[in-house]
Amino acid sequence: MEWMAWTWPTALFFAGLAAVLAVMAALHIKYPSTPKTGVLGIETMRGDRLFISLLGSAFINLAWIGLVDAPQYGALIVCGLFALCVFRWV
Amino acid sequence: MDKPVNQRAWILVLPVVILVAFSSVIPMMTVVNYSFQDTFGGNEFFWVGLEWYRELLRSERLWDALGRQLLFSAIILAIEIPLGILVALCMPKKGWIASLCLVLMALPLLIPYNVVGTIWQIFGRSDIGLLGRIVSDMGISYNYAQNAFDAWVTVIAMDVWHWTSLVALLSYAGLRSIPNAYYQAAQIDQASRWSVFRYIELPKMRGVLIIAVLLRFMDSFMIYTEPFVLTGGGPGNATTFLSIDLVKMALGQFDLGPAAAFSLMYFLVILLISYVFYTVMITTDKDGATQ
Repeated sequence: MEWMAWTWPTALFFAGLAAVLAVMAALHIKYPSTPKTGVLGIETMRGDRLFISLLGSAFINLAWIGLVDAPQYGALIVCGLFALCVFRWV
Repeated sequence: MDKPVNQRAWILVLPVVILVAFSSVIPMMTVVNYSFQDTFGGNEFFWVGLEWYRELLRSERLWDALGRQLLFSAIILAIEIPLGILVALCMPKKGWIASLCLVLMALPLLIPYNVVGTIWQIFGRSDIGLLGRIVSDMGISYNYAQNAFDAWVTVIAMDVWHWTSLVALLSYAGLRSIPNAYYQAAQIDQASRWSVFRYIELPKMRGVLIIAVLLRFMDSFMIYTEPFVLTGGGPGNATTFLSIDLVKMALGQFDLGPAAAFSLMYFLVILLISYVFYTVMITTDKDGATQ
């Protein structure tokens, strides 16, 4: 595993991602998601909304790094708000 | 009554999951790990945090390569999609000549990418190449190795030559699937050729055209071998697209950390565009099914 150059922050990131996927899978088995059409005009399931949240969060983080001279946790707050909006309105 | 879901079916996809894990997920995790570290070889790494991302996002190099890449993709889509449709419309509908056309159309697709680059490298040379010699004899100054505009024209011509037939074949398949009754109805209504195309053929080809646009966009956005063999990214950086720049950074300069950050950003852009195309395709399919 040495060749993969693991670090604690990246390991925690992937562990968090795996945990989110596991929770979503469990939720889907326990409470199956139904499609809904939101502001984007496309039918989305819970998994779709998670994907949009994660992809959008990646771009928010990149924009924060490129444009803003402020600590990165600011981007995480924006990402959290973005995810809430996606799950509520998309 | 709903059919019970057989969860044991998941076992059948396990081999694919393992294969994807080893071929994609583990290398991707490694790239993420590299993107936050610096290395001087010897498997020694030093944590640098977001430094490579910051450096790249604030450098002109990435944005210039992205701009060239988007311009290239836009130009080849603007040429290949209408040209492919036109070729498909002109192709014979049946008989041995239709089969011959299909084989001829498929030929450029069978040529390996590096061979296509080599063919055009020789073809465009003004001393021994047919194209370069003819253009030079016409009194037009042409040298793709020294002039940025000539290099762009040659790279675009090469891509159009290589890939228009894919669009033509997909469009042809779409055209052939239109029932004859539509054409008969159009004939009864005395519809013009343009009306037949606009209101029958184009809507019926919508599905395959979306696939064609998606395939050509993704492929052109990731293009590497052909322009690398033809121009090596030059003259200067005129034809240095994202993938060529990435390889220069990773293998030429051996800057593995910045190259990892670069490739992740490249991946995210491709993922976003693929998702948008996928969503459009699914929505189109649903709209088509309900009509």
